[in-house]
Amino acid sequence: MSATLLRTSTAARSALRAGASKRAATIASTSFIRGKATLPDLPYDYGALEPSISGKIMELHHKNHHQTYVNSFNAATEQLATAEHKEDIQAQIALQPLINFHGGGHVNHTLFWENLAPSKNGGGGEPVGKVKTEIEASYGDFSSFKTKFNAALAGIQGSGWAWLVKDNETGQVQIRTYANQDPVVGKYTPLLGIDAWEHAYYLQYQNRKAEYFGAIWDVINWKAVEQRLK
Amino acid sequence: MSAPLKYSLPQLPYSYSALEPAISAQIMTLHHSKHHQTYINNLNAALVSQAAAFSKGDIVAQLHLQEAIRFNAGGHINHTLFWENLSPAASVSSQLASAPKLTTAIKARWGSIEEFQDKFNATLLGLKGSGWGWLVQDLNSDILEITTSKDQDIVPAGKKPLMGIDMWEHAYYLRYLNDKGSYTKGIWKVINWKKVEERFGSGIEDVFGPLAGLKSVM
Ligand SMILES: [Fe+2]
Ligand SMILES: [Fe+2]
Ligand SMILES: [Fe+2]
Repeated sequence: MSATLLRTSTAARSALRAGASKRAATIASTSFIRGKATLPDLPYDYGALEPSISGKIMELHHKNHHQTYVNSFNAATEQLATAEHKEDIQAQIALQPLINFHGGGHVNHTLFWENLAPSKNGGGGEPVGKVKTEIEASYGDFSSFKTKFNAALAGIQGSGWAWLVKDNETGQVQIRTYANQDPVVGKYTPLLGIDAWEHAYYLQYQNRKAEYFGAIWDVINWKAVEQRLK
Repeated sequence: MSAPLKYSLPQLPYSYSALEPAISAQIMTLHHSKHHQTYINNLNAALVSQAAAFSKGDIVAQLHLQEAIRFNAGGHINHTLFWENLSPAASVSSQLASAPKLTTAIKARWGSIEEFQDKFNATLLGLKGSGWGWLVQDLNSDILEITTSKDQDIVPAGKKPLMGIDMWEHAYYLRYLNDKGSYTKGIWKVINWKKVEERFGSGIEDVFGPLAGLKSVM
């Protein structure tokens, strides 16, 4: 994951450098120092994505929703550390849905903020270079890609996300939807994510979610997508 | 095969503003006239496609349609049950005294009404994504249970729904924003206990009413 916004504390970074599995084996008895996830700063103002996304939505979405995922993820990892320390396997397994949900919420939103940009700072328009080539290889042209992406967003039954991902086996890009806060991991690399939870648009668009899906393309940060494709 | 049954939006037994302040008139208006209506429209469209697939003997298309039918029929059923188990706070139906038998059963199961409500709220807040919280009765054991269903899944066969609470963000966001805890607290003031008691004492066909088949028309 190359997300520059996915920061952890200094302790976490050195722990990560030490190697998570090695650490578990060699220093399990000393302590469970681990980095706390923190809420990343946005690289733009709350109002900067208007009129596609209102300042009020951005503020609540970042300061409240994302912060709650961060807090709950930290709480769950703390419980997990305790369960690991006690070698309580059942407790470790029971915590997985919380780790997936809140960890996924943190990762997804972090990637989302990064792959948005105000139109005055280059947001919107059409991708160029490799992103353009890959999208055209999979979907013919940009406008059919957008149509398919919006259909995928509209087809989500409940809360979730639509992503442009890279298939790590074939290198090809494709649109995939994920339920709730399921993160893009494993076989796929996340390139571009759109939050289709109601909290992402409701204050501005209410039930007219197709309008939100239409407007968000004006604030897509294609440079961030390009970075992730590299 | 004849044309499929066409579903229509049920009228609310109270006005859009009748559940204020627990649920705002703006939420009720959108929730009923837009969200619920959309489930019905999509359900009717899917049923037409299903009838066409059926008459062509296209079993593949029928299977492909099941997801849309499950989701939109679930949305229609769940919202219908939800509107029915709400009522204005000042009404007699919303007083717990309107559910004497259920109150006894809840106390036997959870110790007190407060304990039950705390458990129910904790369950609602534990949902990961869109979904519903339910008070159900197991049809084999008669035991009361608090359960959830994701997205628009209905309460599974074998359980009789007594009370459902919509935990989709559209159900509370315009009034409570991300403070869903306040929504789950406030909703208890507008529970139609009379209706919940009625479901408690009746068979599952009566809970679902015409949704489980039109007896006289068939
Ligand atoms: Fe879901
Ligand atoms: Fe979100
Ligand atoms: Fe709803």
